[in-house]
Amino acid sequence: MSVLRPLDKLPSLNTATILLVGTEDALLQQLVDSMLKEDCTSELKVHLAKSLPLPSSVNPPRIDLIVFVVNLHSKYSLQNTEESLHHVDASFFLGKVCFLATGAGRESHCSIHQHTVVKLVHTYQSPLLYCDLEVEGFQATMAQRLVRMLQMCDGHVPGVSALNLLSLLRSSEGPSLEDM
Amino acid sequence: MDETVAEFIKRTILKIPMNELITILKAWDFLSENQLQTINFRQRKESLVQHLVRLCEEKHASLNDAALLDIIYTQFHQHQKIWDVFQMSKGPVTVSFRETEENAVWIRIAWGTQYTKPNQYKPTYVVYYSQTPYAFTSSSRLRRNAPLLGQIFETHNSTTPLQERNLGLDINMDSRIIHENIAEKERVQQITQETFGDYPQPRLEFAQYKLETKFKSDLNGSILAEREEPLRCLIKFSSPHLLEALKSLAPAGIADAPLSPLLTCIPNKRMNYFKIRDK
Repeated sequence: MSVLRPLDKLPSLNTATILLVGTEDALLQQLVDSMLKEDCTSELKVHLAKSLPLPSSVNPPRIDLIVFVVNLHSKYSLQNTEESLHHVDASFFLGKVCFLATGAGRESHCSIHQHTVVKLVHTYQSPLLYCDLEVEGFQATMAQRLVRMLQMCDGHVPGVSALNLLSLLRSSEGPSLEDM
Repeated sequence: MDETVAEFIKRTILKIPMNELITILKAWDFLSENQLQTINFRQRKESLVQHLVRLCEEKHASLNDAALLDIIYTQFHQHQKIWDVFQMSKGPVTVSFRETEENAVWIRIAWGTQYTKPNQYKPTYVVYYSQTPYAFTSSSRLRRNAPLLGQIFETHNSTTPLQERNLGLDINMDSRIIHENIAEKERVQQITQETFGDYPQPRLEFAQYKLETKFKSDLNGSILAEREEPLRCLIKFSSPHLLEALKSLAPAGIADAPLSPLLTCIPNKRMNYFKIRDK
């Protein structure tokens, strides 16, 4: 089973690579366009994938941060994310993975309960961000945020590592033990 | 100007609601700016109409001009008619045409017989989308006149040049972005193109599926799965432009390609009401 490992490849000089995994092609494309407009001290590289494993798993690229985008309006989106997670090595979850849930603003269209996503995210000990990617203002802010996170995961911010970031971002309130 | 034409114009203008009058007259583009400026649009409709008819007389409006006005009125009020679809197969009539931006040609046909002149008050309207072999018509008299309709299509064949469409994927050429699933994207694009073609889809607003099939479930021991009788279920898809919406599902990542043949067969089968039963 092909699995992404964070330290399989040496980092390239001054390059930060992010991998966005999600089924909502149009939304991801817009998010990526916003991200590339941001000022970034290192060169930004973006990989867009619908799911994992990557087709290029013969020669997988070095990835500094994986963002799983879940559309709360689509059960298919959640299912796709759950299946893709199996192809990520455990060591990625030390701060190099985060989840992004979109669509919470339109409650009537949500077919996935937020609680379901929270449980999933808690299982993988990673941060969960909410953003309605359809709204331009929110999308632009999220793009900024992701670029900053990427720089930290990439080691380009002195004194802060991915693990530091993880402990800052993780919610101290996970679902209670009974819910699990 | 012929008395009948004058009467026809008068009745057509009377149908037009006041708030649409100026728009429709401008679209008609028959009366000049100067003439339109002499009109007092605040007067009572009857006198306004008389004034307009006089102006049309001054400009020697013909039957064709009057028919064109009627088409424009009907285009604005197309929702007040019920449309049937007929496929082209291959009396005296009055035929008028008007093209719109959506590659559609609106045709107005007034039918006559061997012994009578075309009746301008009971015309048939046909909307023909030039990239397809389909025409939408309104009128209950059509069955009698269908063979005549075929004749008309042959003589008035539209020679609109086919648009050249860019068939390439609309993918951001920024080299900093790597699309991991580009092969899949291309496959989806290809299948979508094969299924729907390159040109705009005919405008359809809904499709209805009446299901009378047994319930199928992945879960074992589901109560419904054990039912012998078929489950009755009605599914209706509606959209301002249903076929374009279906066409965009796979490229948007919302559905897998190829789409279910139940959806893609709509233009092919020329139906949008389906009854589905188990074999």
